Amino acid sequence: MNIRSPLLSPHKMKDYIRYIFQSIFILLLFPVAANKIVVQQGGKVSSIKAALEQANPGDTILVKAGTYREGNILIAKSVTLLGEGKPVVDGDYKVEVFTVEAERVTIEGFQIANSGVSSMKDLAGIGSMNGHYLIVRKNDFVGTFFGVHLSGTNHVVIEQNTFKALLRSDHETGNGIHLWQCANATITNNTIRGHRDGIYFEFVTNSIISGNTSESNHRYGLHFMFSHDDEYRNNIFRDNGAGVAVMYTKNVTMINNIFDRNWGPTAYGLLLKDIRDSRVEGNRFEQNTIAIYMEGTSRTEFKRNIFIRNGWAIKLQASCDDNTFTENNFKSNTFDLATNGTMVLNTISRNYWDKYQGYDLNKDGIGDIPFRPVNMYAMVVERIPTAVLLWRSFLVFLMDRAEKVFPAVTPENLKDDYPSMKPYDLS
Amino acid sequence: MTRVIKYVFYDILRTRFILLYTAFLLLSTLAMFQLDTDTGKVILSLMNIVLMVVPLVSIVFSTIHFYNSYEFIELMLSQPVNRRVVFLGEYFAVAISLCFSFTIGVGVPVVFYDTGASGFTLLYTGLMLTLVFVSMAFLSSVLTRDKAKAIGVALLFWFYFSLIYDGLLMWIIYSFMDYPLEKVTLALVSLNPVDLARILMLLQLDISALMGYTGAFYKDFFGSSLGLIFSSVILMLWIVLPVWGALRIFKRKDL
Amino acid sequence: MISVKELKKRFGKLEALKEVSAEFTSGKSYALIGPNGSGKTTLIKSVLGMVIPTSGEIWVDGENVRNHWSYREKIGYMPQIGRYPDNMRIGQLLDMMKNIRKNPPILDEELIEAFKLEQMLDKRMHTLSGGTRQKVSAALAFLFNPPVLFLDEPTAGLDPVSVEILKDKILKEKEAGKLLIITSHIMSDLDDLATEVLYLQEGLIRYNDTIAELKDITGEQRLGKAMAKMIRSLEKSRQVAIGN
Repeated sequence: MNIRSPLLSPHKMKDYIRYIFQSIFILLLFPVAANKIVVQQGGKVSSIKAALEQANPGDTILVKAGTYREGNILIAKSVTLLGEGKPVVDGDYKVEVFTVEAERVTIEGFQIANSGVSSMKDLAGIGSMNGHYLIVRKNDFVGTFFGVHLSGTNHVVIEQNTFKALLRSDHETGNGIHLWQCANATITNNTIRGHRDGIYFEFVTNSIISGNTSESNHRYGLHFMFSHDDEYRNNIFRDNGAGVAVMYTKNVTMINNIFDRNWGPTAYGLLLKDIRDSRVEGNRFEQNTIAIYMEGTSRTEFKRNIFIRNGWAIKLQASCDDNTFTENNFKSNTFDLATNGTMVLNTISRNYWDKYQGYDLNKDGIGDIPFRPVNMYAMVVERIPTAVLLWRSFLVFLMDRAEKVFPAVTPENLKDDYPSMKPYDLS
Repeated sequence: MTRVIKYVFYDILRTRFILLYTAFLLLSTLAMFQLDTDTGKVILSLMNIVLMVVPLVSIVFSTIHFYNSYEFIELMLSQPVNRRVVFLGEYFAVAISLCFSFTIGVGVPVVFYDTGASGFTLLYTGLMLTLVFVSMAFLSSVLTRDKAKAIGVALLFWFYFSLIYDGLLMWIIYSFMDYPLEKVTLALVSLNPVDLARILMLLQLDISALMGYTGAFYKDFFGSSLGLIFSSVILMLWIVLPVWGALRIFKRKDL
Repeated sequence: MISVKELKKRFGKLEALKEVSAEFTSGKSYALIGPNGSGKTTLIKSVLGMVIPTSGEIWVDGENVRNHWSYREKIGYMPQIGRYPDNMRIGQLLDMMKNIRKNPPILDEELIEAFKLEQMLDKRMHTLSGGTRQKVSAALAFLFNPPVLFLDEPTAGLDPVSVEILKDKILKEKEAGKLLIITSHIMSDLDDLATEVLYLQEGLIRYNDTIAELKDITGEQRLGKAMAKMIRSLEKSRQVAIGN
């Protein structure tokens, strides 16, 4: 029996080489073959729809400045839509502005305005189902219900866009960037304001979100659920109604983000609920009512974060275990750590606490006596929120001193045995 | 009146207590700024001085001063001088002296180290509390003829507003923990100048935590010009009412 | 000049003045006499406005003094025990007293000279002896040349020479037509200085007439003797009254 690999058969080999050459030929030919269609008001082609009609896959449609009111624009071909001088595409509060059905579509340089608002359909500035490899770049979304609304769409790139929702009541505002069941998304350098959630992920995996600013949104700056293996870097989440919520997810990486001024009775810098095997590192939490609220969180590492001027730096529910907190800086927080349990299954070590009053006789930079970050009065406030009004009164000072001498309320074992004498340089 | 103020002022300066007090405030404030580079923490420590030490010193010093000035007051009242002028002259001289100490001792370093809004709130509340407790001292001084008793009353005032009142407040908060208490607590806080001053400071230092309970209510209230007027008016009432009451008593007092 | 009408003063339970009515006219000199706690000082302090009467009226120079204060420029007051701010020097005290009046009249510094107070202007009040203090009090009382003088135990604690200086001064002012009201336990002094006598006992005026009349009734030549006799007879009549 003559057993040969099919690839090495001379006949097949010839086919294969021809296939490669054909491919190269097509690739060389393609840019030359691709058309450029110019859309200009009063020009030969005066509407985007007409241009799309004429276009072949791979064409570029250059849209000149002007306002285009064409109802819902359906993109069913793989084209590049390029705005020149920020043309405005207006949905007149009625329709979804762009609906992308084809793969490999690029939409760049537009102002996308005034999509319809509906409680039945999620109308967006740009909506797509299964339009893989979509690129949305340098657009301004103004007054859209949802900004970008994608489902089942993989390998999308959303970058350098701005999203600004109109001042509407909560249920009339959709999310800025909304992804459902997507993978490998790249979302970078966008600015999102005034939406319900700035960025919303559900079942989105293997994605990177970086350099975005999400602020003044009604609910969450970032909200994701069941979105494993994602990475969040260098984003700013500021002044959002409820901060950032991360739920039912494993293997999340959050690095160098800023969580700032998320104020209110139910506002969190970062809300972690049922999170496993994740990393929260190098972030800055400033002036949040609760910087990190943790529930059902396991095996997650909190390292080299800065907590400054928060109401509560960390609220640790008893359902959390196996988490580690190391080398974080805690400064000027009202309460550093609050917990509802007495069982301590987490590791807290080598952090800097500005409230630490111990000493370091052997000069190794580590305090010689442990620091107990749970303040007695934090436990009181946990039960009676109104009691926060008496904070820093003489009465509370005396109660606190008494508790330090005879601990009765605070968990005995919740302590940092190796508190750092100096803050870490984390800037 | 300025002539009376001048002589009382002169007398106060001579006792050297004011100078000691100024030096104490100045040295401790500077030491705090030297030892800690974090101005937020320094403001925090200074806040304890403002809420505890300033009222205590103000009320005790003023009471003692009033009794030590009995001869002067008697002398003035045998002269063609109005009782109101003598009394208010005494009040203003003491108030100005203590405010002067606070401004030099705490104000100058705080401004020098540029601590921003929280620093200014600290100065404002410190000066207001000084005036409030001088007023209370004058009230306790005219209530009784006995110096020891008056100092006792003064200390009781201080103790009440620094500790006992908060105990009662805590009890009320605990008893009614299931009800929305924002407005009630606002009213209750206004009934104690020390608490009012403390809340003004909390709004600077612990705004994040305060937002957790009251939402934006306290921040919006005290942050608005209405809130600013409200807190100033309440503190002014705490200054004016005791002095006014004391003056009424003093006018009919036998010497 | 001064008239006191149905004046009453209570200190708590104690009735210091039960009901006192009296007229004091310019040019006369009144000796206010009575046992300790009889209400002499209370009466003087009431007129000065330092004690607020429970009821009754006080008129000075045709003006009801209640809630007024400017009338006090007409009165020079030498207190029984002069109390002054401890830290003040004599000079400062004198300056202050001059300074405190809006329109000071022509000053009468005779006593300051006579007592040689200029040499002690730098001394602080708390270092002074009782006598020196009295000198300062006397000097202050006469300083503004007031038409009325209240002298509460003026000679107590003074050395003999100073007593004579002060008495001469008082007589001189009396001659000048001023109204003098003097309390003292030293009858011989009053004999020299006063023309009228008011005897106060338990908050009531028991006797109010000229010294000459008193001496006439009692047949005594000296005020002290006359007073003692008068007081004994008062006691007697009282006991009789109680006995009845």
